[in-house]
Amino acid sequence: MTELTSRTIAELRDGFRSGEFSAHEIAGAYNDAVAAAKSLNAFTVETPDEALAAADVADQTRLGSELKPLSGIPLGIKDLFATEGVDTTAGSNILKGFRPPYESHVTANLRKAGAGMLGKLNMDEFAMGSSNETSAYGPVISPWRRKGSNVGLTPGGSSGGSAAAVSAGIAPGATGTDTGGSIRQPAAFAGICGIKPTYGRCSRWGIVAFASSLDQAGSMARTVRDCAILLEVMAGFDPRDSTSLDLPVPRWEENLSSDLSGKRVGIPKEYRIDGVPAEINALWDRGIEWLKDAGATPVEISLPHTKYALPTYYIIAPAEASSNLARYDGVRYGLREEGVKTLDDMYAATRKAGFGAEVKRRIMIGTYVLSAGFYDAYFTKAQKVRALIKQDFAKAFEQCDVILTPTAPSAAFGIGETTDPLAMYLNDVFAVPASLAGLPAMSVPGGLDAQGLPLGLHLIGNELDEQMVLNAGLAIEERAGFTARPEKWW
Amino acid sequence: MSVSPEQVRHIAKLARIGMSDAEIEALVPELNNILGWVEQLGEVDTDGIEPLTAVIEQKLRLRDDVVNDGNIRDAVLANAPEAQHGFFAVPKVIE
Amino acid sequence: MADASAPFRITGATGEWEVVVGLEVHAQITATKSKLFSGASTTFGAEPNTQVSLVDAAMPGMLPVPNRECIRQAVRTGMALDAKINPWSRFDRKNYFYADLPQGYQISQLYHPLVGEGEVEILLDEKDESSGKQIGIERIHVEQDAGKLMHDQHPTMSYVDLNRSGVALMEIVSRPDMRSPAEAGTYLRKLRSILRYVGSCDGNMEEGSMRADVNVSVRKPGSELGTRTETKNVNSVRFVMQVVEHEAKRQVELIEGGGSVAQETRLFDPDKGVTRPLRSKEDAHDYRYFPDPDLLPLELDEAFLEECRGSLPELPDAKRQRYEALGITPYNASVLTAEVETARWFDALLDAGADPKQGANWVVAELFGALNRRGESIEASPVSPPNAAELLGLVVDGTISGTIAKQVFEIMLERGEGAAEIVESRGLKQTSDTGAIDTEIDKVLAANADKVAEYQAGKLPLFGFFVGQVMKAMAGKAN
Ligand SMILES: [Mg+2]
Ligand SMILES: [Zn+2]
Repeated sequence: MTELTSRTIAELRDGFRSGEFSAHEIAGAYNDAVAAAKSLNAFTVETPDEALAAADVADQTRLGSELKPLSGIPLGIKDLFATEGVDTTAGSNILKGFRPPYESHVTANLRKAGAGMLGKLNMDEFAMGSSNETSAYGPVISPWRRKGSNVGLTPGGSSGGSAAAVSAGIAPGATGTDTGGSIRQPAAFAGICGIKPTYGRCSRWGIVAFASSLDQAGSMARTVRDCAILLEVMAGFDPRDSTSLDLPVPRWEENLSSDLSGKRVGIPKEYRIDGVPAEINALWDRGIEWLKDAGATPVEISLPHTKYALPTYYIIAPAEASSNLARYDGVRYGLREEGVKTLDDMYAATRKAGFGAEVKRRIMIGTYVLSAGFYDAYFTKAQKVRALIKQDFAKAFEQCDVILTPTAPSAAFGIGETTDPLAMYLNDVFAVPASLAGLPAMSVPGGLDAQGLPLGLHLIGNELDEQMVLNAGLAIEERAGFTARPEKWW
Repeated sequence: MSVSPEQVRHIAKLARIGMSDAEIEALVPELNNILGWVEQLGEVDTDGIEPLTAVIEQKLRLRDDVVNDGNIRDAVLANAPEAQHGFFAVPKVIE
Repeated sequence: MADASAPFRITGATGEWEVVVGLEVHAQITATKSKLFSGASTTFGAEPNTQVSLVDAAMPGMLPVPNRECIRQAVRTGMALDAKINPWSRFDRKNYFYADLPQGYQISQLYHPLVGEGEVEILLDEKDESSGKQIGIERIHVEQDAGKLMHDQHPTMSYVDLNRSGVALMEIVSRPDMRSPAEAGTYLRKLRSILRYVGSCDGNMEEGSMRADVNVSVRKPGSELGTRTETKNVNSVRFVMQVVEHEAKRQVELIEGGGSVAQETRLFDPDKGVTRPLRSKEDAHDYRYFPDPDLLPLELDEAFLEECRGSLPELPDAKRQRYEALGITPYNASVLTAEVETARWFDALLDAGADPKQGANWVVAELFGALNRRGESIEASPVSPPNAAELLGLVVDGTISGTIAKQVFEIMLERGEGAAEIVESRGLKQTSDTGAIDTEIDKVLAANADKVAEYQAGKLPLFGFFVGQVMKAMAGKAN
């Protein structure tokens, strides 16, 4: 029997159903793996008992043949999701000790589907970061290393704990959230799959907000099929979120097909940008070939406002964040700095102590771009450019069914290597446009670079067409033959 | 546009983030760098373009007027740094 | 009473000053059971923090979902104020920090309010229909109320109760069209009356379901607008008038003393009758409004608007005109329509068949007097509209005289019996048998032969004396 921790979710599910192994055995194996991987710093809280409890329920119900979609599957949950009675801190000191008396819609869906929880996954503070270095718990260390080096690498971010845990085999799958690439970039860095669905597919209720008009939950796992399995459970209408889409959730897994006959793959010329390593462009070309091989026709498309996506994002996301994070004021939950006399002093001291440097930086930018005299020049302008970016995609999807690009402009970098905030922001140059347009997008591993680090290919679909994204992802997965796993050093 | 230390101090005050002079000084070039970079949006012709309001077209749903929440004071106060007699307590405010 | 047509002026050392007043009225939508964006109850006076949902407490990841009925009531209110309803509106966040504001922002509507321009007519003299003045409404937007802070429970702490947090408010913003304390008071009373007719807000200023931010400036008549101050959360009509009076005088003295008015937020001290600057004023008012990304634009379709329009009751002005067309005096019509409860009662009286003119006079003179004396509201009147109509009918058909009617009414108030029953059981029926009256007259004339002589000698006023004597003899039963 293959080690349980190297199996896919589909294999675990099917093996559990057929009685090959019990849910308890699965949970036990993963709990052990989590406990043995502390040096990755992937978890902020471990909840082995929760994993076992869900497994025991699954084992009991299996005999009664009342199987649920995720019975027997333990998952890692990004610390941005409120989990009832379990610390939920968004990787921030300001939420230290916060135990929500409620469960996010997405994780409630997972639990209802039978899934267990291995623990809460480390992340960039309030999901603001691309390297997991902004976490109040310290950075997650990627299980991957450069050939012949033991320099600690970042797993990307902000869903870095999720990416590291899945690629290290300490969780078969994990939830992530993506505001401007926070699922896809870490998936690419960690050699796993990660999908962000259309904005509104997953309810934001109970997910600590970063930038409300962009935040979207998604799934991260080793395979395209696993991502589909998880996303199908996570998605679904929730009347408590005004932006939740009131649409049935498609049967993504059942409809998976890598036959792309008759499909057109858009290749945006504006994504060939300076400074991207040749290896990445070469992988992109290989990706085009793979999709051709699957029956698709490549077409060159133009997304003319691509270069403005990042600056647009870095106005809108901080602006929304500056307001979303105003509630962390030391009054109702989380950190409060004592020893100050006035309310305003308490606010200032609490937020000074509670927020890290990157979060402060973004709150400052967001406050500035919304402030009197600057609102139109920055925020309104950015919302107009965002409309143009959305238009670009709408036009492009008249000519193609899915868009293929690289996921990130580099492979994983070393912890502490990128200190300039702007250079860090550039990590999401390929990921952000789809976020601004609310489109489904996915990263699928395509291969390793010369240093032995994973590189990802990025698929962007039209509104609500996650199926096309998953199918193209599957076609790549089948052809890339990506089976590399990080060598265990932890 | 570029920001001065005074402006940064003002923004920090608006955002209620305590900052030392040294922190302010350090933030000035960082913010100017970022702001200078985002100002490239000025190049984009947005005449006649409506600012995006909803990324995925849909109508705002309205809920029925039903009382189906509340009466959960313990849950509401459970995480409070300081709660007294059913209230949240904060340093005294003078109006 | 001062001449309402004479402009209100403050006489300062340098001459006459005019006061300019605009009101921002926050009216709670009391018609709804639950809050604007959450399902928590809005009942007044609950235990602290019991009517609070996770949304109202701004727990991480909580999201607002708007209450249809709040929107509906605001639209109906806008329609009642003859205002433009915007079928496309949007919610914005107003960002500021305060302990009663859990989100760190208030969800409000700045850029695209639900209701646009409208107007309210006030009568400067309620006896004179031609004294009408239009007060412009700039906008009505829907927004969340904040929680409540209590400062006197602990020596170094303030306590926060979030029961009000998230309750729906309409902010009704007037144009600076008022020119005196009286106009401000009349406008506020009229607005309150309309809200109560519509049913969107109970207008209960003591419980805080209606309060006004009073914007006051002064200027030399005809010159440009002066700098205004905003006195926040004034919670009675009388206080609003006091604020205008006090602020106007204060500002005139300030300017004439060589100073200038600071554009600032002030508080009213009802005990001293003065305003003072808010001590905890935000040094920088920069609310950084932007569209709330948690909510989509609010789009209202024609069917929704039609239903709102169709559900509006007859409003005070229309009712007043209808009453006047029935022959009711302008003054009575104005009094009868000022409060929705009075109008409802009077309409029921008309429905029960009462004569409009007689009924109006009777309600204003007799019923109000009696209720006042007894300290009862019209809804609690011991005499119901059908009973009153019966009483008035007995006068009209000559069964009893007006004088007897007063006695019968007193008995009705005490006993709750019907008018006809009282008249019958106590033998109060008026005699219209002329024979009986003639006999009585003869008796009176005989008994007062001396007076008859005087009368015949030309002392006309004595006619009244005889009538009185006859009436007395007949115990008020003759007419
Ligand atoms: Mg105001
Ligand atoms: Zn307001």
